[in-house]
Amino acid sequence: MTAPTATDRPRSFQEIILRLQAYWAAHGCAIMQPYDMEVGAGTFHPATTLRSLGTNHWAAAYVQPSRRPTDGRYGENPNRLQHYYQYQVLIKPSPPNLQELYLGSLEAIGIDMQLHDIRFVEDDWESPTLGAWGLGWEVWCDGMEVSQFTYFQQVGGHDCKPVSGELTYGLERLAMYVLGVDHVMDMPYNDPDAAIRLSYGDVFKQTEQEYSRWNFDIADTDVLLRHFEEAEVECARILDAADDDPKTGKRIVMAHPAYDQCIKASHIFNLLDARGVISVTERQAYIGRVRTLAKACADAFVRTTAGGYAA
Amino acid sequence: MSDLLIELFSEEIPARMQAKAADDLRRLMTDGMVEAGLTYGGAAAFATPRRLTLAVEGLTEKSPTVREERKGPRTDAPEKALAGFLRSTGLTKDQLEVRDDKKGQVYFAVIEKPGRPAAQIVAETLESTIRNFPWPKSMRWGSGSLRWVRPLHSILAILTDEEGAQVVPLDVDGIASGDTTRGHRFMAPDTIKVNSFEDYASKLKRAHVILDAKERADIIWGEATNLAFAQGLEVVEDKGLLAEVAGLVEWPVPLMGSIGEQFLDLPPEVLQTSMKEHQKFFSVRDGTGKIVKYVTVANRTTADDGATILAGNGKVLTARLSDAKFFWENDLQTVRERGLQGMAVPLANVTFHNKLGSQAERIARIAALAREIAPLVGADADMAEQAAQIAKADLSSEMVYEFPELQGLMGRYYAEAAGLPQEVANAAQYHYSPLGPSDDVPTEPVSVALALADKLDTLTGFWAIDEKPTGSKDPYALRRAALGVIRLVLESGCSQYLRGVVALASNLHYWQRHENVMNQIDEHDAYISTYLGIDKFTLQSIKDKISRPNKSEKKQGLFEKIMNTTTSAIIDPNQNLLSFFADRLKVHLRAEGVRHDVIDAALPENWDGDIVLLVNRVRALQAFLDTEDGANLLAAYTRASNILRAEEAKDGVEYSLDPNPDLAENDSEKALFAALDATDPQIDAALAAEDFAAAMAAIAALRGPLDAYFEATLINSDNQIIRRNRLCLLNRVRTLFARIADFGRIEG
Repeated sequence: MTAPTATDRPRSFQEIILRLQAYWAAHGCAIMQPYDMEVGAGTFHPATTLRSLGTNHWAAAYVQPSRRPTDGRYGENPNRLQHYYQYQVLIKPSPPNLQELYLGSLEAIGIDMQLHDIRFVEDDWESPTLGAWGLGWEVWCDGMEVSQFTYFQQVGGHDCKPVSGELTYGLERLAMYVLGVDHVMDMPYNDPDAAIRLSYGDVFKQTEQEYSRWNFDIADTDVLLRHFEEAEVECARILDAADDDPKTGKRIVMAHPAYDQCIKASHIFNLLDARGVISVTERQAYIGRVRTLAKACADAFVRTTAGGYAA
Repeated sequence: MSDLLIELFSEEIPARMQAKAADDLRRLMTDGMVEAGLTYGGAAAFATPRRLTLAVEGLTEKSPTVREERKGPRTDAPEKALAGFLRSTGLTKDQLEVRDDKKGQVYFAVIEKPGRPAAQIVAETLESTIRNFPWPKSMRWGSGSLRWVRPLHSILAILTDEEGAQVVPLDVDGIASGDTTRGHRFMAPDTIKVNSFEDYASKLKRAHVILDAKERADIIWGEATNLAFAQGLEVVEDKGLLAEVAGLVEWPVPLMGSIGEQFLDLPPEVLQTSMKEHQKFFSVRDGTGKIVKYVTVANRTTADDGATILAGNGKVLTARLSDAKFFWENDLQTVRERGLQGMAVPLANVTFHNKLGSQAERIARIAALAREIAPLVGADADMAEQAAQIAKADLSSEMVYEFPELQGLMGRYYAEAAGLPQEVANAAQYHYSPLGPSDDVPTEPVSVALALADKLDTLTGFWAIDEKPTGSKDPYALRRAALGVIRLVLESGCSQYLRGVVALASNLHYWQRHENVMNQIDEHDAYISTYLGIDKFTLQSIKDKISRPNKSEKKQGLFEKIMNTTTSAIIDPNQNLLSFFADRLKVHLRAEGVRHDVIDAALPENWDGDIVLLVNRVRALQAFLDTEDGANLLAAYTRASNILRAEEAKDGVEYSLDPNPDLAENDSEKALFAALDATDPQIDAALAAEDFAAAMAAIAALRGPLDAYFEATLINSDNQIIRRNRLCLLNRVRTLFARIADFGRIEG
């Protein structure tokens, strides 16, 4: 098999991912792996949330499996999934040619700029759970939203200085468009000429059904509520520990372990929401509780070396 | 003289901000340059998604030299005074002039500020404009601290005269000014060097950028209508969408596409809303008004004439419309299985406002109110109540959840699907109307009754919990609701009952709270008696004392009862609400050109809320004042009341006794008595008949006698008895006028 070139059209879901990885690697990003926890979006990966804080420069790209329990449709809806993939790029400080770099990535996956209509349409991003916001656009290709493009202004209540540029591609939707597929489950996952040909449905149809049922009807809400509170308590407890570790004699601020608890609380909240046990007024309160955790973790991270702390 | 060209080139500016930004750029730059002493012939500003441009013609070369003289201390003043003067002027002693003054020799400072070249002033003004630009939202990027709407990439700033173009040197946070720009992002991305505005605009056009938003909009509309016309179709006009789309493209290329056969049966408004909100498509309809196609506006031409772009857009549209169709079919199924009342059931759990209960409670109040209002506007009471009960059911439909702007309209479709009477279905759609001063007022009686009930319930509710509009804050759109009530009653003629229905609407709020409390007491009977340590018989007797409003009492004759209660029984907040209506009425009439002081004059102190009567009075008064008689009579009235006021203040008494005609001394005085005697009954009759024009005509007859009286009579006679009688006569005039309007409030 010869390596694909940018002018070829990709033929499978995984080829689009591979081309994005190759493209951003060639443009100097550290290709990271997905974070090993359940998150609602690629932004939650500490490579984005935490690394967008502080003064240190950073460039990373990665695939992040993302879960949105309320979007589950038992694998029947052509576009909606409770588990899907985002491709995420974060560069700090945002380079002046970030738009051109982004457009280059679309060409790399076979979108011909001379035939398509690419538009940057105002869309301001805000994450109430992360205490974060930024300005940017949703990027349209022939009227379809293919990415979010954001200049982070604040994360965890901290002003971003320097500012990070964040790109988020909804991989399934983008791939369906590039591959000309109408139902996500029909999309070729691996090479369509492979001996064992797999569609997206072969890989994920069953799990969509299983999780849709669990998310909507089976998940034990009492257990979830308890886990939420435990994560909240644990996060605070981790951050309460003294900076200096008595065992090693080193200063070790545990921003990441605390942030894991914040991620956990956030995902549990999403599950509770899908189970329909959170009322409109409670919703705001839960979001506020997660935000409090996110802010505390951000406060801790900027007191670490990676967060720009200098003793 | 030279011409100035400025372009601020950035990443994509939100469409909704472009027009104001162009105008702000023009205003801030021209104001700043004028402030600094330059003058100019004309200025025009433009915006595209990627640039703000300003062209200024006939700018002066430099600001004028300014000479200022300041007087200082006397030459023999203490050293300290001179030192202070030198400090404040920045001069040395030998630069001062000594001049003779009345008090001796005095120092003078002559300060000359030389004019500055235009380039310097432009650079300073532009930097401060960029740094202080009033974007609704701005951001930082990279490692810089400059704020702009999106990253700012380049600044073009040139001054052009006969000798050619010069760059205005300037550097804002590392962005240096120059004389270059770029064309279309995809079609002509290279650098372009320009030397004047004409050069700039024409080179940009060759580089696929149309600078003027108006021109882009004209192209879009022109080509879109041509595409439609060629197939015997028509584009649905939408000015807001046109302006928005013109702000999303630099090189507009309208393309027309088809809507899948399976979606053509959706209500046209659903198609239109879905296409507009999600895709920014224009709708295209056939001769029967059915929406059959769409126009999308691409930002470029392509080798395949837009085929790929159109195919992609069509695909997205199909996905969107599949959702809409899914919502529509689900909603219809709900209506089929459970009826509209069934669709409305979840509204019991939706809070309208935490102090005003749920949507379901609100609907119950509106239904009771609509029943009472119905006969006043010629509607069937049962039908009005039924309409109220289903009118907001669509708030829990899937379609309205997705497209809130379709509320009401979907209610009508679903009511029709449920087989309800057409008047009821129409009321579901029109009960929100009128939404603004130019929106149509519903005319069908059932719709009118429901529209009034809906708005009055809102107004009295928010009045009861003291959430009134203040200043520019009106989060519940109460001003709009009050204006809606005014327009509805003016057109339906139920005006005289306004006070009554306001009171009724308030009472419904009160009763509902009351009933909720009683229900809670019922529910927690056992707990309450334990908690209070009383037996259930005592509790029962407490409940009897609180006594809930009787259901049948509510249904029958309630309105009559309230109409018959005395003014004092209507609680104060409602009086306050009536004055709010009066204020809104003033705004409404002012828009029609009626003077505010005329409205004030016609507005009785304790206005009963009868809008029609008030408007008639205002119109008659204004018409009267516009006549010569009216103007003169006003002057005579003012004279009479000024004299009276002065004399009453001086004597510390009110001259309110009946004047005695036997004490009249001259003919003009006798004639005035006679004229007043003749006018009194005419005014009685006119007012009884609410015929204000007749009342005005009656007092107009007083003009001659009153003028003659002032001509021939000295009010302040030496004879105290005569003087008092004359003042009382003036009071009789004043009182007579006051029956018609408060003429004292009319401004000259």
